[in-house]
Amino acid sequence: MPMDEVALDHAHDAHDHKPGFFTRWLFSTNHKDIGTLYLVFAMIAGIVGYTLSGLIRWELAQPGIGPMLWIQTQFFGLEGDAAVQHAKHFYNMVITYHGLVMIFFMVMPALIGGFGNWFVPLMIGAPDMAFPRMNNISFWLTVAAFVLACISMSIPGGSAGNGFAGGWVLYPPLSSTTGHPGPAMDLLILSLHTAGIASILGAINFIVTILNMRAPGMTMHKMPLFAWGVLVTAVLLLLSLPVLAAALTMLLTDRNFGSQFFNPAGGGDPIMFQHLFWFFGHPEVYIMILPAFGIISHIVSTFSKKPIFGYLGMAYAMVSIGVIGFVVWAHHMYTVGMDVDLKAYFVAATMVIAVPTGIKIFSWIATMWGGSIEFKVPMLWAIGFIFLFTVGGVTGVVLANAGIDHTLHDTYYVVAHFHYVLSLGAVFGLFAGWYYWFEKMFGIKYNGFLGGLHFWLMFIGSNVLFFPQHFLGLQGMPRRYIDYADGFATWHHWSSIGYAITMVATLVFFVGLAEAMIRRRKGVANPWGEGATTLEWTLPSPPPFHQFNELPHVTTKGGH
Amino acid sequence: MRHILAALSAALFAAPAFAFEPTDGALGMQPAATRIAERIHIFHTFLLWIIIPITIFVLILLLWVIVFHNKRANPTPRKFSHNTLIEVIWTVVPALILVAIASQSFPNLYYQDVPPNLQMVQDKAKTLLADGKSAEYERFVKEYNPDAAAKGFVNVKAQGNQWNWTYTYPDITDEGGNVLEFVSNPRHVGLESDPTDAGPRNLSVDYPMVVPAGRYIRYYTAAADVIHSFAVPAFGIKTDAVPGRLNEGWFLVEQPGVYYGQCSELCGVNHAYMPIEVRVVPQEQFDRWAQLMLTGDYDAATASVQNIASIEPATKFAAISK
Repeated sequence: MPMDEVALDHAHDAHDHKPGFFTRWLFSTNHKDIGTLYLVFAMIAGIVGYTLSGLIRWELAQPGIGPMLWIQTQFFGLEGDAAVQHAKHFYNMVITYHGLVMIFFMVMPALIGGFGNWFVPLMIGAPDMAFPRMNNISFWLTVAAFVLACISMSIPGGSAGNGFAGGWVLYPPLSSTTGHPGPAMDLLILSLHTAGIASILGAINFIVTILNMRAPGMTMHKMPLFAWGVLVTAVLLLLSLPVLAAALTMLLTDRNFGSQFFNPAGGGDPIMFQHLFWFFGHPEVYIMILPAFGIISHIVSTFSKKPIFGYLGMAYAMVSIGVIGFVVWAHHMYTVGMDVDLKAYFVAATMVIAVPTGIKIFSWIATMWGGSIEFKVPMLWAIGFIFLFTVGGVTGVVLANAGIDHTLHDTYYVVAHFHYVLSLGAVFGLFAGWYYWFEKMFGIKYNGFLGGLHFWLMFIGSNVLFFPQHFLGLQGMPRRYIDYADGFATWHHWSSIGYAITMVATLVFFVGLAEAMIRRRKGVANPWGEGATTLEWTLPSPPPFHQFNELPHVTTKGGH
Repeated sequence: MRHILAALSAALFAAPAFAFEPTDGALGMQPAATRIAERIHIFHTFLLWIIIPITIFVLILLLWVIVFHNKRANPTPRKFSHNTLIEVIWTVVPALILVAIASQSFPNLYYQDVPPNLQMVQDKAKTLLADGKSAEYERFVKEYNPDAAAKGFVNVKAQGNQWNWTYTYPDITDEGGNVLEFVSNPRHVGLESDPTDAGPRNLSVDYPMVVPAGRYIRYYTAAADVIHSFAVPAFGIKTDAVPGRLNEGWFLVEQPGVYYGQCSELCGVNHAYMPIEVRVVPQEQFDRWAQLMLTGDYDAATASVQNIASIEPATKFAAISK
């Protein structure tokens, strides 16, 4: 909407008192500061998760057990067969925490805690979130959960090492005392309970804020698409996380209080855990991608200088992806021995999701069509997202078919699929948002050349990393393997080369961040011109500590 | 005697004509050794013909807008944000594509998942022949083998343990009523002491699972401790082995040979070291192997299936490597 139709918040600049350092950063009730805290936290956790994946690719670059064994002998002083067994446990532990850290402590905090907190109130014209203090609680509980998870990596898990080594999906009996008698798993359960509470409280905060605190004139159908994405995400979190919490609690009581939920000898069923887990787990993957969808919509519209094509279709596509996402969970379980008619239902339901997703891809392209596109750094990431998410999406359609999934389940084809939609989807959306909103958040400009270099290196590196994994999966390479048969060597080698390229990309990212912070080129309210039409661009960069003490009045026809 | 047999078999080891283990640098699936796997190959090719054009189409559209709708080429952006016709098209066409996929997908799923009713297979084949419906008969015997059906299922249970497989053949017993059951251990476990001359690394076992060629095999999976998964890519099968649960599957292999699979559900430190080796041999060789196994002489039994006598496969499928 044109900026002159909004009351700009100059009146309180002179009184822009910020609290003292500890009050401001430890006891924050400001959505912008909490957003920044989440982004910094996600960066730190992202370095941890990325290091873990570096260990994986380092080990898998060559056949045989190499680096993992070297670590055991050099850093833990083990020798011989004991060192080998510990190396195997260590590898399984690394892949487990790589998944957990990236999902719960990087992607979600960055997209929802970081960008959600920063921009949902700004976009809807609200002075802050509905529950500012609960917002802070959510952040610090997330930090606590991460600390607990890291500690669990270094306390005994099983007989062959520290930490839980059973995959991020935590299946019993491997995650029960049968598979992991040590305390690491119990601490991990506590960590995930804590993270779950943080996310549920955050979800409540977003839902109440979006439903109640939109500025006068901003009906739901005039609300920016990023806010829609966060709203659907919050509802998914609210409804799915309690089921994960239940499953984790049952696992905890099985491990410590003699219950038999997942122990067949006691009348329980390991498959029940899988149903409960994936009832959460499938919405979880949409939780990770929906905020990114919202960011891409904003960026494509801004840099094409056109309103988003088919706004209502885009909003309700996100809603239907969220709704259908709740009834497809067992496509993660096609090989457990489910009845064939039940499998057939899940095949059908899963394929249905391709329709709203396709609508989004085509709508983004239609937004660009006839536009006057400028290829600034955020737009590079967004265009990369559109193409690479399509690649990941079509392999998802392949996997939806149980008949072929029987062959591809638990192989690297699945690993390739979800890394395309996550590392080349959600993470590209994350970086797109980072470069799009960097100047707004921090009041300084980033270096365009370094941003572009970051993009190209990441684009090339991630594709070299993950595309060969499709071939590995088709040939039958199983997941979660420290070592592989000789026929898998070439593609694993290439995949590890791809990782090395992403390392250079990541270095460029941090160099760019440092460069921006050192040079301190002053930012402007709207660096992107006429295409940037949402409310955050009407505020200074960075925005004042408190904004919209006088609410803006939204008068345009709507759709962005 | 055993040593002579071992020496002979080592000298005469007949490698299978096609590689039913991973091939370095390969792009597609392992060759198909069952009709199940062949149908998966065909379905995968069909899917590739859909998803690759779709992806290229999206790429072309993106390149088009990048080249022709950038700021220099198109300084004034257009204002449209709706077009009902195209929105209908890009909703209906993908839905139709999905229906087309489903039309191939569901028959495959039901074919794999439901062990055939062998009596019905024989009856239907007889009826089709008697009615002179030769085209339909040809199509039918592509999917179902009435000669194999007449001989009934060979039943074998694969129980996953940490970290090996226990194979049980409930119908094969000795005079005392003891069932044929043995543990199949990996030859390689990632230790210094691993042999270097014991077959494909991380794939071969000491005592393989042996089944007769040209017979319907019904396999069951079970687990002793944690969840494992029994998979053989060349057969197109994968079934989880869950404690407290007995899962069922089936396959039929026409061509004798050695086929490998690997445990496919994370089960602890040696998850990567509990492979599955299946030797498919002619019926007589299988019977001899079973008798030797029942005597407890596993080494002699295994030596007797090192050299797999080839038979003319009645199969219509060659190795499809895609």
